[in-house]
Amino acid sequence: MAAPTVNQRTTTAPEEGRTPVQTVTMVKALNMGLRAALEKDPKVVVMGEDVGKLGGVFRVTDGLQKDFGEQRVLDTPLAESGIIGTAVGLAIRGFRPVCEIQFDGFVFPGFDQIVSQLAKLRFRSQGRVRVPVVVRIPFGGGIGAVEHHSESPESYFAHTAGLRVVACSNPVDAYWMIQQAVECDDPVIFFEPKRRYYEKAQLDTTATPDPLFASRVLRQGGSVTVACYGPMVKTCLDAATAAAEDGVELEVIDLRTLSPLDLGPVFDSVRRTGRLVLASEAPSEASVTAEVAARVQQECFYSLEAPVLRVTGFDTPYPPSKLEEEFLPDLDRVLHAVDRSLAF
Amino acid sequence: MSSPEQWTRPVGQPGAGPRSTDITAATAGTPTRDQVIAGLRATSEGGADLVQLLTPEGERVHHPEFDIEVTPDELRGLYRDMVLVRRADREGNALQRQGQLGIWVPLLGQEAAQIGAGRAMRPADMAFPSYREHGVAWCRGIDPTQLLGIFRGTDHGSWDPLDTRFHLYTIVIGNQCLNATGYAMGQRFEGKVGDDDGEATICFFGDGATSQGDVHEAMVWASVYDAPVVFYCQNNQWAISEPLERQTRVPLYRRAAGYGFPGIRVDGNDVLACLAVSRWALDECRHGNGPVLIEAFTYRMDAHTTSDDPTRYRLSDELEAWKLKDPIERVRVHLVKQQWADQDFFDSVQAEADELAARLREFCVSMPTPGPERIFSEVYAEESPQVRAQRDEFLDYVSGFADAHAGGEH
Repeated sequence: MAAPTVNQRTTTAPEEGRTPVQTVTMVKALNMGLRAALEKDPKVVVMGEDVGKLGGVFRVTDGLQKDFGEQRVLDTPLAESGIIGTAVGLAIRGFRPVCEIQFDGFVFPGFDQIVSQLAKLRFRSQGRVRVPVVVRIPFGGGIGAVEHHSESPESYFAHTAGLRVVACSNPVDAYWMIQQAVECDDPVIFFEPKRRYYEKAQLDTTATPDPLFASRVLRQGGSVTVACYGPMVKTCLDAATAAAEDGVELEVIDLRTLSPLDLGPVFDSVRRTGRLVLASEAPSEASVTAEVAARVQQECFYSLEAPVLRVTGFDTPYPPSKLEEEFLPDLDRVLHAVDRSLAF
Repeated sequence: MSSPEQWTRPVGQPGAGPRSTDITAATAGTPTRDQVIAGLRATSEGGADLVQLLTPEGERVHHPEFDIEVTPDELRGLYRDMVLVRRADREGNALQRQGQLGIWVPLLGQEAAQIGAGRAMRPADMAFPSYREHGVAWCRGIDPTQLLGIFRGTDHGSWDPLDTRFHLYTIVIGNQCLNATGYAMGQRFEGKVGDDDGEATICFFGDGATSQGDVHEAMVWASVYDAPVVFYCQNNQWAISEPLERQTRVPLYRRAAGYGFPGIRVDGNDVLACLAVSRWALDECRHGNGPVLIEAFTYRMDAHTTSDDPTRYRLSDELEAWKLKDPIERVRVHLVKQQWADQDFFDSVQAEADELAARLREFCVSMPTPGPERIFSEVYAEESPQVRAQRDEFLDYVSGFADAHAGGEH
């Protein structure tokens, strides 16, 4: 199999009978992205619990098994280590498996295979063995679910050498990023913000996407830099809209890639604003936001006008869902942190 | 003759005796009387279902399902394989004792189980080893010198797993069974299964691994996807200090029935039986009738690793009993009885073994330590900016010392 170039800019022909620009949900965008990946490379297989006939519990894989068959879209037995462990074997054989973990809190039975085999095989074999596996994980809270369905485990994976970790925040990114992740020769842990699954955007399938491992400035502003990812991106954009009414201009950056981090745009922004607020649903301790804060103080020490502040989930287990509105950082908590930063 | 049922009956069940009262004592340095008896029972009999073609006394016996004919040349070849891998293994052990290796994982006693399975493989078949499969590596054309880096600490496996069709050693117990099953699913998805030209995969693991969830999941996956994978369990009776009865209530080969595929117990010290059963199982897989579980009933004659001390948990009596079933000796006796080999043959094999040992030693003591840049290499397909920055900073830091620790030192 020819090695696809990471970050390659692809142009897809318009689907027959459709205009290239359409309004889609993130679920639909992911579905279209997976379909494009399956069409493009016969070695791509989609595998997971209920991804076939049911189309996944969120319908991300809806219709794929019907069109690509049971050997391309596999309804697997119910065991996450089995999903990842067999995907590793398929990848050694030359396949490009895209695994679905049904919910964030269920990835841990597969954690051993991810950190012990998937992450290390390239290094152990000195590049002789490639394991281009994508692990899709719907993550984050806000859907009123029972426990283990609302977690944000991304920092465990960002902490593991050999893995690439990304999080999409909107349908357009979802469509492109999932295809780029499949083409990547490294294992990619792909986080999807499940409470944003049914939000819509205009998707132009003929556009040129940004590279996968790049952060992006979504809104420019000179008062305070706000960096976030996944489900918090919409929250922070809403906070920026609200802040603008008070004359405070937030620069909102979607990190997109959590490992490796792409902090160039964050450093540039902080050098202008002197202030940084980081937002995530994940608890703060030893987290992605902790890493960003550490590197910003190292790179932008003389530019900082205030300490880097973080708005995160608490360092507690995820609470019962009637309390999740309190647990999850919302617009007001982001603005409160902005106020505290400006008050320094 | 004790049956498998007798020795696998759990503590507290009728017939188990007063063993439960001895559990606390079992943590002490000396094994209890009941532990010794349990160990001897567990390791002295393979049970009525044991497939055997060559008795410990070197007598050729026949089996209704798994018989094969080998030529004198083939049997001499198997003998040579076993002698050479045993010699390499003993040299590895000695090199560790002399401080040249950080650790060694002995295969002593398991030569027949590994050579039988390894020689049953065809070139296109794939193997996923655990970390004791030096004999299988030999059969895949991997020179014993290539194993040393793992134990000297210069690499994590120096062979090409795709070229040799022998995956890297896997140290996390049981992980490789799922990887093997996925690989075998791929063989099937590619249409490489279904006739005599088909491919198959074989996965090696021990009795201790059978308690791992990954091994269970691998057998579930293999069965529901009809994966062409042979699960080859070398039951060497001990998982470091834990006897088989700490892992299972039923004989391991019978677990296959629960997954819906055949399970066979073979005399793991009988290279002919291991060859015959493995060849049959691989052929079943390549024809599309997999998976198959093989329990090679054998014995770990040395320690778990060079860091282990078996005198703390088992008696030398047990080892003495198993020495009578030595996998190499029975072949030697048979070759002599059949007049298929003369003293010149045995002398030449021994000389070859000594040459191999000398070559291993020479190679080992002159192995270069990789330079610090190795730490940062091949972490990602496309280099990570973070890793690149750390590498550049560290190499710059290192180069600042007068006696810079460059690569290539011994």
